[in-house]
Amino acid sequence: MIQREVRVANRAGIHARPAAMIVQTASRFDSRIMLGKDSEAINAKSIMGIITLGAGYDTVLNLTVEGPDEQEAADAVATLFENRFQEEPG
Amino acid sequence: MKKFTVLDLLGLDLKEHDALDLTCIGGRPGLTREITVQDLNRPGLALSGFYDKFGPNRIQIFGQGETAYLGELEQLGKTDTIDSLFAKSVPCCVFTHSQVPTEPFRERAEATGCPLLQTDLATSNFSSRLIRALSNVFASHEIIHGTLVEVFGIGVLILGDSGVGKSEAALELIERGHRLVADDAVEIRCIHGNILTGAGANKALGHHMEIRGLGIINITHLFGVGAIRDNKQVQLVIELELWDSNKEYDRIGAEERTKTILGVHVPYLEIPVKPGRNVPILIETAAMNERLKQMGYFSAKEFNQSVLKWLESEHARNAYFQNKDLFRRDSHSDRDQEPS
Repeated sequence: MIQREVRVANRAGIHARPAAMIVQTASRFDSRIMLGKDSEAINAKSIMGIITLGAGYDTVLNLTVEGPDEQEAADAVATLFENRFQEEPG
Repeated sequence: MKKFTVLDLLGLDLKEHDALDLTCIGGRPGLTREITVQDLNRPGLALSGFYDKFGPNRIQIFGQGETAYLGELEQLGKTDTIDSLFAKSVPCCVFTHSQVPTEPFRERAEATGCPLLQTDLATSNFSSRLIRALSNVFASHEIIHGTLVEVFGIGVLILGDSGVGKSEAALELIERGHRLVADDAVEIRCIHGNILTGAGANKALGHHMEIRGLGIINITHLFGVGAIRDNKQVQLVIELELWDSNKEYDRIGAEERTKTILGVHVPYLEIPVKPGRNVPILIETAAMNERLKQMGYFSAKEFNQSVLKWLESEHARNAYFQNKDLFRRDSHSDRDQEPS
């Protein structure tokens, strides 16, 4: 199991488009991928779940990945956050 | 869990018949004080000077008796017990019946930063509403990835991996006249330790669903207000999973299986999904069957009872009509007894 923190770096926060990107990326992997905020954790393969999390700018989320391809999955999802979902020039 | 402060108590979104009608009448700086327990206290004993077993982290409720006693204490100049009440830094003091505390009391509250609240409700009514509201706030809860629908009055929580067709099944159920409570992120709360209720994790976002190929759709606008519900008790859990030919699925259903969520056991069914299986109709039937069970009729068990009864009666008939030995032995014995 891999646990790491990711920070929402794009100004708009996680709205529909970033959420869709996370889901598309997460769905490529077999691992169970969870995103947590405060005490809540949701499945990163569900668009409505991620949007419901209400992660605004500068929120720190806990990324938990468990499964056969956990390392690749964690890297791929974390990269999305680092690249600010291609919304702003890095 | 996030801190629950006095300000959050004032801002609780409650329905008309549950409203607390609270207003802040003093000690505003203390509105950020945290409420950590759901118990209440009537501070009569404390005001009379008895502080053993006093619950300092409880909300203090001043009814007509306490308020009158306050006035009397101040007339007599015995204010040290009031000072010790504020020294305990209680989360807040609530005055019922729209009563107003005396001026010195209010000054002390301002000085120590203890919020003073007022309600126009009677004390007993207010207490029961407050206990109900707080037990909701402090109820254990978790967010579950699934879809909650109301089918024939039964709250059905549909679980399953992403892509198994939870949302599609729910959509068809809505189309057939049932109601959506929440999709994808369902907040489940355990009330009174034995009831589970589910609602959308984020009320601000309303009733939306994400359907692959369609995108995000607004259920309220598409199907009308009759197709939605804000919250519903979870009475049945159905897990959808892709058909696994190596797995044994329940074929009789006489065994009652349950799933434990937040310590509560809820009836649980596993429904295998494969192309051509009409999952919404299976869910509808499961919900109706659950209603029958609640009314005391258990299809699978009743069926087995009739099978057993039928087998038993067949056995008895066979004993009469097919057991030739029985008759033969009787005839032998008859012959034996014949005089020679």
